[in-house]
Amino acid sequence: MSQPEIVAGHPIEPDTPAFAEPWQAQAFALVIALAEGGKFSWNEWAAALSQQVHRRDAAEDGSDYYHHWMRALETLLVEKGMASPSAIEDMTAAWQRAAHATPHGKPIELANDPGL
Amino acid sequence: MLPRDPGQTNLAGMSHDHHHDHDNDLDPMAARVRALETILTEKGLIDPAAIDAIVETYETKVGPRNGARVVAKAWADADYADWLRRDATAAIASLGFSGRQGEHMQAVFNTPDTHNLVVCTLCSCYPWSVLGLPPVWYKAPPYRSRAVIDPRGVLEEFGLTLPPDTKIRVWDSTAELRYLVVPMRPEGTEGWDETRLAELVSRDSMIGTALARQAEAA
Repeated sequence: MSQPEIVAGHPIEPDTPAFAEPWQAQAFALVIALAEGGKFSWNEWAAALSQQVHRRDAAEDGSDYYHHWMRALETLLVEKGMASPSAIEDMTAAWQRAAHATPHGKPIELANDPGL
Repeated sequence: MLPRDPGQTNLAGMSHDHHHDHDNDLDPMAARVRALETILTEKGLIDPAAIDAIVETYETKVGPRNGARVVAKAWADADYADWLRRDATAAIASLGFSGRQGEHMQAVFNTPDTHNLVVCTLCSCYPWSVLGLPPVWYKAPPYRSRAVIDPRGVLEEFGLTLPPDTKIRVWDSTAELRYLVVPMRPEGTEGWDETRLAELVSRDSMIGTALARQAEAA
């Protein structure tokens, strides 16, 4: 079995996969790892996520779910002093510079950031 | 597995829409997730290998077939059903399915009089260990808000029309307590073994937006 939407070979109603893009899987796993490591509790996480998914601008079709997930994670990391907003922005920019500096087809590594 | 190896990185969130011949673009969200992972790894708060393992588990090992095994066993084994009713967390763990978050499970059994439906109005709490990750509609605002207000109408949109005198109980999940619906065993399945029974148990039947498949449909 490779897809969660299939039980014992029977397709259930058409549905999108759990993760639409790889970054969503990674964002998901970050939260699991942090919670399992006791960096925050599941209640804290549920409260943070709830605050995001109840925003007025949340998409009706749920397509922005992992954007909410990321905002909730960043908020919690900042609250807990595990990351600062500026560090997150700086590191994101560094990854983007690294991507631009990486020849196409090669793995993107942070060390490729010319700004380092 | 999350594609990370050399040669596979094009799958890892890079946009092909506007790259030039010799550089790469990282989609803004992909860059952001990588940034968080880098920061947390540098601070020793996470282990990158654990991140890969978690992704692999949820993409390949956890899914509604786990829950289908639980339901099939409850149908076939009255003692197990009784245990599941009394202590779902332990009964489910006995099959090797344990919540990673230490959450408690409660099994809610459909009867001819009562149909059960699970929602999380708070966010998206879901019994991951037995159902995998929730479908998109479970996480979307319309289901989260309307399942409580108008469960009968929601079920009709899923193509499930219940008799008017069937009661619908809606269970609102939390971070600590998650629900598994045990649908009614379809008729004409006497003597079936658990493997065969499990094929009748769809993901949606364990959320409550569907019934178990009929025997002839399997």
